[in-house]
Amino acid sequence: MAADPTNARPPLLSVANLRVSIASDEGLAQVLDGVSLDVAEGRIVGVVGESGCGKSTLVRAVLGILPRGARTESGSIHFAGEDLLTLDERAMTRRIRGRAIGFIPQDPYLALNPVFRVGTQLLEIMRWHGDGSEDGAGPFNRARRARHRLWLIQILKAVQLPDPEQALDRYPHQFSGGQRQRLLIAGALACRPRLVIADEPTTALDVTTQLEILKLLKRLVAEFGVSMLFVTHDVGVVAQLCDEVAVMYAGQSVEWGGTGELLARPRHPYTVSLLACHPDRADGLVGIAGQVPSALAPPTGCRFHPRCGKAMAACAGTKPETTPSGDRHTVACMLYGVPDA
Amino acid sequence: MLLLRKFSKDLPAVLGLAIVVLVLVAALLAPHLAPYPLDAYESHLTRRLKPPSAEYPFGTDNIGRDIFSRVILGTRSALIVSLSVVSGAMAIGVTLGLVAGFYGRWAGEAIMRVTDVFLAVPQLILALALAQLFSPSLESAMLALTLTYWPFFARIVYAETRRLKASLFVDALQCIGASAPRIVFAHILPNAASPIIVRLTIGMGFTILTAAVLGFLGMGAPPPSPDWGLAIAESRQHLPDTWWFATFPGLAIFLTVLGFNLLGDGLRDIVDPRLRRSR
Amino acid sequence: MLRFFVRRILLVVPTLAGLLLLTFLLVRVVPNDPSAALAGENATLAQIEEIRRQYGFDRPLWQQFFIYVGQVAAFDFGKSIYTNAPVAQDIKQRLPATLELTFIALALGAGLGIPLGVLAAISHNRFADYAIRVLTVGGLAVASFWFAIMLQFLFAMELDLLPLRGRLAVATDLPPLVTGFHLIDSLLAGRLDIFADTLRHLALPAFTLSIGAIATITRFTRSGVLETLQRDFVIYETAVGYPRPVLIGVYVLRNSVVAAITQIGLLFGALIGGAVVVESIFDWPGIGTYAVRGILSADFKAVLAVTLLVGIIYAMVNILVDLVHALVDPRVAEQL
Repeated sequence: MAADPTNARPPLLSVANLRVSIASDEGLAQVLDGVSLDVAEGRIVGVVGESGCGKSTLVRAVLGILPRGARTESGSIHFAGEDLLTLDERAMTRRIRGRAIGFIPQDPYLALNPVFRVGTQLLEIMRWHGDGSEDGAGPFNRARRARHRLWLIQILKAVQLPDPEQALDRYPHQFSGGQRQRLLIAGALACRPRLVIADEPTTALDVTTQLEILKLLKRLVAEFGVSMLFVTHDVGVVAQLCDEVAVMYAGQSVEWGGTGELLARPRHPYTVSLLACHPDRADGLVGIAGQVPSALAPPTGCRFHPRCGKAMAACAGTKPETTPSGDRHTVACMLYGVPDA
Repeated sequence: MLLLRKFSKDLPAVLGLAIVVLVLVAALLAPHLAPYPLDAYESHLTRRLKPPSAEYPFGTDNIGRDIFSRVILGTRSALIVSLSVVSGAMAIGVTLGLVAGFYGRWAGEAIMRVTDVFLAVPQLILALALAQLFSPSLESAMLALTLTYWPFFARIVYAETRRLKASLFVDALQCIGASAPRIVFAHILPNAASPIIVRLTIGMGFTILTAAVLGFLGMGAPPPSPDWGLAIAESRQHLPDTWWFATFPGLAIFLTVLGFNLLGDGLRDIVDPRLRRSR
Repeated sequence: MLRFFVRRILLVVPTLAGLLLLTFLLVRVVPNDPSAALAGENATLAQIEEIRRQYGFDRPLWQQFFIYVGQVAAFDFGKSIYTNAPVAQDIKQRLPATLELTFIALALGAGLGIPLGVLAAISHNRFADYAIRVLTVGGLAVASFWFAIMLQFLFAMELDLLPLRGRLAVATDLPPLVTGFHLIDSLLAGRLDIFADTLRHLALPAFTLSIGAIATITRFTRSGVLETLQRDFVIYETAVGYPRPVLIGVYVLRNSVVAAITQIGLLFGALIGGAVVVESIFDWPGIGTYAVRGILSADFKAVLAVTLLVGIIYAMVNILVDLVHALVDPRVAEQL
């Protein structure tokens, strides 16, 4: 497990050996196959992987909003001491989603409801989850709403949205992409959650805006004292923002470590090639040979072995165990640790 | 083949197809299927208003005719009317839509404005007014329905033509020097065929309903034709004593229209992938 | 918003002008001799000549058109052959009855159609969805005149629960005329008995008329909700803990009814067309009955006036629909 040995307290979020499958017309797709991940209190943990590696499914599994046909087969998702997989829909809606776990979606252009004022939409979250000072949903009255409004305006100032008071009465299409992402960040923080999950929050934005948003997130995490699970396909973003990184490939966790350590000394051959692909680091244009496997018929054993330059015969046989390798660094690969223990 | 398999999975659409086939067979073989084929025009005053029995499955009407036979005989005229109305409307609408969409400019604008005018009045009211002006008869009813239904085709074909004309392949055709008629008939029309067919199917059901209204109001087939709408109009004087007189012709209309609507719905789901997804 | 409104009105001007031209052509050009047609079958030659002069049929066609436009602008549609009263006055008397019936039918359509559509969408491909689909396709396949007769037979003749025809019982007083809508006028006068009687008389015709509207609105709401449920903001709103009923009933529905609202304009046309039939069966004293009588007695002026009027109402309703659309979806107002 990817436990942090320097922290004695149990992690805030701990996903262990999660397996999720989705039934479709073409068959059963194993989209998550043994994913493990910890987020310690106050930390920013990045999840990196190519599109289609199951990052978004992981996010939806944690929030309990998997699409129709999806099933959690095994594993656990422990958050602040309870197993989220055992909670019912009502408890998830009231206590977890938007309340204890804030969410920043991928595409700010599509995530806001086009026919409602943004104030209405953000206050709706607070209406059901309070502003952090009260316990969950309170009575729906004018005084409470006015208090929420004031608090929201304060947060909008914190996310550096211009004219926060007027902003609440405007519609989403009247904002730029960066401004909308700020609104959504405010929505994620409004109820004072303990964890914020950000699902590629900067992918849809242009580069300069991306940078501003990343700086903002880093500051807000400290200011609001939250932890963050930050999903991205961009290693560069991880380097700027995250304390720890988990690398995913085709629905499996392949490597975990502190950001500096992992980027400096990647172990897993997939991580090595992923880092080599990044334009800032690549010596010329390189890619990974082959294609991301289909989740309908994934390779046996280590899912990376058909594309791996260092594959051995054993790689196709069994899934490699996650083993410690170096300082606060774990990897799931036959090259490290004992293959046939 | 794939489309066929998709269609066969859609149970309501298959049911619709079955009903349509049944109605078509009934229309084609009407004189052979009807137990009393001569009851289209003959009257038998001795057996008036008899309730349904083995002899007369749907009972008899006010002048002793077998309602079952007349319902079957009625399919023929209902289908002839709706088929000629819809194909006439299609001929006009598709031509005008193609011209307007392909040539654009003022001719296209003019055609589409005329279409708007026709669509600005509910079809039934316009059809009634026209049928009245042409002096009431089955032929004027058909003419009136044709003249009021073509805008629906014109609008669809116009939109499709505009879309296809803007698409790259028409540009490519123009570049290699294909003539305008060739582009329109060999390339645009086949591509616009699916929405036309869907509209055709739905229009059949719709026209059967509207034609029945005209018949009911005495603007369609004259007595003693075995017209469904007319029969329901005649039955009104005999309620509440003879429920069967009004019921069965109405059920015949319902079943026929239902068949065409279910079929049209199914076809539309196959043709329009956007709607198919939402099913 | 005002600019949107003005531009939207300007857009219907060509259509209304076309409608004027169309009705003009219908009455002046299609009959071989419009004067004879207008004078009726038993007119003498002198009467026909008189009408020819009176209506300006001896002048060039384009002059006649402008005379016609002038007449329409002054609400001068001539006299009805059937009632022997000015057509404009006849219509003014009957229009509220038709509008009351149509609005109630539309309200029934929206009131039943929207919840049914939402129910079908959230139980997508399950029993309720299939059942509603069968019902709606069936609802669109029923001939309204037949359905009306069946309802009369069952509820008025056999069960004797509801009145067979008419707008009020003979014994009931007319409510004092304020709006012409009996439901409103009776309430204004504080006459609950009249209100109840109006409702009893409205029940069957309004239900008959609303069948198509219910089916159409249900279908559009269903597909609208299904389409909206695919959109990203639904995932977002679920992820931040909007309770499901609030999410569907408020946030998804408002996006979905946008499509349904644009249909209401078209629907209103179908309703008025349907009112012609339904009114004549239930003896409802509206313009539908008037039009049918006009048609049966070859009363051209009445029929054309009704056609024109319906076209105008239809255009107005469509403008209204666009306004509502702009209110529901703020992006629309900025596009036009």
